[in-house]
Amino acid sequence: MTIATFADAGLVLLVLTIGASTIFARRAFDAVIAFVVYGLLLAIVWVRLSAIDVALTEAAIGGGMTGMLLLGAAARLRAVEFDSFAAALPVRLCAGFLCALAAAGLAGALLLSPKVVLSLAPAVMENLPRTGLGNPVAGVLFAYRALDTLLEKVVLLLALLGVWSLAPNQAWNGIPGLRIYDQPNTTLTFLAQILPPVGIVVGIYMCWVGANEPGGAFQGGTILAAMWLLVIIARLADAPSTGNTWLRIGLVFGPVVFLSVGLAGLVLANAFLAYPPGYAKPLIVAIEVALTISIAAALAMLAAGPPKPVQQQ
Amino acid sequence: MSDATLFGLCGAALAGLGLYGLVTHPEPLRKILAFNLLGSGVFLVFGFVSRRAATAGVPGDPVPQAMVITAIVVAFAATALAIALVLRLLEQTGRATLSSDDPASATGEKGNS
Amino acid sequence: MPDATTSGGILLVLAIVLPVVGILLSLIAGGRQVERIALVVLPSNLIVASAIFADLWRSGRQLAYIVGDWQPPLGITLRADGLSAAMIVTTAVVICVIGVFAHADFDCRAEPFETRTSFVFWIMLMAIGCAMNLIFLGGDLFTLYVALELLTFAAVPLVCLDGRAETIQAALRYLLFALLGSILYLVGTALLYGSYATLDIALLSQRVRMETATLVAAVLMTVGLFAKTALFPLHLWLPPAHAGAPAAASAVLSAVVVKGSFFLVVRLWFGVMPGMLGFAGAQLVGVLGAGAILFGSIVALRQNRLKLLIAYSTVAQIGYLFLMFPLALDPVSETLHVNGALAGGMLLAMSHATAKAAMFMAAGLIYAALGHDRIAELGGAARALPMTVFAFAIGGVCLIGLPPSAGFLAKWLLLEEAIATGQWPWAMMLLVGGLFSGAYVFIVVSHALVSPQEPLKLRAAVPKYQEAAALTLALVSLLLGFVAFGPIDVLQVGPGAAMEVLQ
Repeated sequence: MTIATFADAGLVLLVLTIGASTIFARRAFDAVIAFVVYGLLLAIVWVRLSAIDVALTEAAIGGGMTGMLLLGAAARLRAVEFDSFAAALPVRLCAGFLCALAAAGLAGALLLSPKVVLSLAPAVMENLPRTGLGNPVAGVLFAYRALDTLLEKVVLLLALLGVWSLAPNQAWNGIPGLRIYDQPNTTLTFLAQILPPVGIVVGIYMCWVGANEPGGAFQGGTILAAMWLLVIIARLADAPSTGNTWLRIGLVFGPVVFLSVGLAGLVLANAFLAYPPGYAKPLIVAIEVALTISIAAALAMLAAGPPKPVQQQ
Repeated sequence: MSDATLFGLCGAALAGLGLYGLVTHPEPLRKILAFNLLGSGVFLVFGFVSRRAATAGVPGDPVPQAMVITAIVVAFAATALAIALVLRLLEQTGRATLSSDDPASATGEKGNS
Repeated sequence: MPDATTSGGILLVLAIVLPVVGILLSLIAGGRQVERIALVVLPSNLIVASAIFADLWRSGRQLAYIVGDWQPPLGITLRADGLSAAMIVTTAVVICVIGVFAHADFDCRAEPFETRTSFVFWIMLMAIGCAMNLIFLGGDLFTLYVALELLTFAAVPLVCLDGRAETIQAALRYLLFALLGSILYLVGTALLYGSYATLDIALLSQRVRMETATLVAAVLMTVGLFAKTALFPLHLWLPPAHAGAPAAASAVLSAVVVKGSFFLVVRLWFGVMPGMLGFAGAQLVGVLGAGAILFGSIVALRQNRLKLLIAYSTVAQIGYLFLMFPLALDPVSETLHVNGALAGGMLLAMSHATAKAAMFMAAGLIYAALGHDRIAELGGAARALPMTVFAFAIGGVCLIGLPPSAGFLAKWLLLEEAIATGQWPWAMMLLVGGLFSGAYVFIVVSHALVSPQEPLKLRAAVPKYQEAAALTLALVSLLLGFVAFGPIDVLQVGPGAAMEVLQ
């Protein structure tokens, strides 16, 4: 047993304990705080699994953005007396038994590995030079399984529209009700002035480098979204109204570019979402840039929430 | 036990925990939290599948990794929608609960005005 | 044998790309144009769907399209076989007619600015069309996961479109169930990929073997899909969600959306692992279906409100769909095979889609005209809204299974299989279910035919074209039985089998 195995075992123990505390904590607020820590620990787990792209995405979206959403909701709900009873003991025992069964089934399926481990990794690496990319995950996302990525962008837009649809009728096309921090000239303002320039550079770099190294549109877009949200929360800029034309254009810019390149592939290459030989990498980078903008806009607006009616200040 | 298997089992345990939380917690926010735990456990199973295929030249199978990235984004969108629903419910009724009073009550909750 | 893109394959791409273009265009063009965009996209979708069906029928072979020019297992293929073609046409027709119906409730030009409900409704309707097309045509299990999420995010906002607190609650419950379903489905795909290094349906069907990981994956995926299809006992979310939505939304939710996850169950068991269900598994599925029929029908009979009755009827009808599993099991080889039961089950899905949409539309019109939908006080409705009540009755005829409706043909096919394999309990279940449907349809129609104490005062005039839309779909469900004379052979077209091409 090496040091690494001990470290891994310790990490797993920590992750399980904190994960369990998110379920069994008494108050919702404590559970959410535990969840944010859990998200960051998970990112380390993904690094140990040698999946750096996933680690970046998990830290940014899974830990960061989700944590922010949950914290905001927990804060709003903290004031409410929750008067529903917890599930009765027999129900909990039965549920616990079934869930343990499911987990055991999963564990069994994982432990009984086949002798020969099949994988698509050789095929991916073999065909990667054709796409001109250096990052195999980017190859899967934008070349081999581009349809899934394109449609997932549409899924993101639909979720955003769903969130917007929860606005009251007269608040439609209003400004999202993201809670902003009212007091000026505090640490938050300072951070919001210092961090965004750095964050924007990091975000752009992450998108750009994603073609050859871990990174890409999702990770870069999330960082840009986070910077934008920081600026809005610190009152250094206003949240855009959801009907703002530029916002709408920004949201669809990525999928439109992606779809156009895909349709052009019908003519210039052999099939929908195929790339003409030699032009694959520049096209993919162009798609990633466009997608970064759209993902940044979509994630920020998802975190901002539905438009609110205008309040008295 | 290889590191992949260790993390895979961790994922299975987390999935079981998350499933338990999703089913038993009455509050919607805790259910959403549990769903995220369940999701992250499932993603670790993908991670196990990816790492298990590691060879000398390749640290892991990139296909499951790409699937996880897609799924993380979708899970975030789902969480955002669910939380927006919970907060809207809170605004309209003053409580956030899934236990229904008779939904057929014709007293007319204030609608979308 | 590797797939190749067939000549009609581009239609498969169009079926998915067209609605996506519509959605993206709508977001930019803004609220007042959305309806116009939808009125172009939805009929075009119907044309593409019909073209796919025609191509399949003419050539007797399934269509395929290799996306991105990457062969599976590395890439993704879109495939249309007989089941896909039949469902894609039915869904396209239903969505188109619902679009016509919805014009009155979600008219974009009614206000000089973009309104929330209209904007959201038309985009979500196009998204549901896109998602359903992807479910029917997708040839890769992960693509189907993306399709399931697309469907969920398009359907949930429709439930709470009018903004009342109880519909928001119903939407939240629906979302949580749907997310549980998707994540269980996803973990199954992880295990399947881990075992076979592919998620392509055709390749999986060749490689799949009976082993722990595959079995666990199959169970988890099926439970997840049962939750999304609201099969008893995971049906709790459906009645409040479908009953609370606006009329056009209820129609699309009950008629179209639930069929998506059902289709995936069929794909999984008939397409990927037909030999793995076994006798016990098939009987278990049948028992759950029978439970759904009994529970749904009995609760439907006790409802006071029309929309809730129709919603519980959906719970019951979904049970019917799963009865085809024990009946499609070949007793000798214990594998699921393509026979009359499968054709019957799919036909039942199609007939339910058309009939239920008609019934929800009729219920919506009654609500709009009378101001309420309490069944006991429907007296006089038949005289005031003859077309509407007639549409409801015809839809009911299809659900009960009277000739010449598609419901009759479907039940006939299922009964044939039940008698041929000696599975009397399921035959009894089919007949009992028909009796129950008859009972609750009769209750509603008889109340509507009663002359009221005072003359009925209509709260609002109902546009004739809305009534015509409901009646059209009801008549379609009635006449769909005539597919027995030919097109039903299309359901046999699959990866191996090719239909004898009709001369």
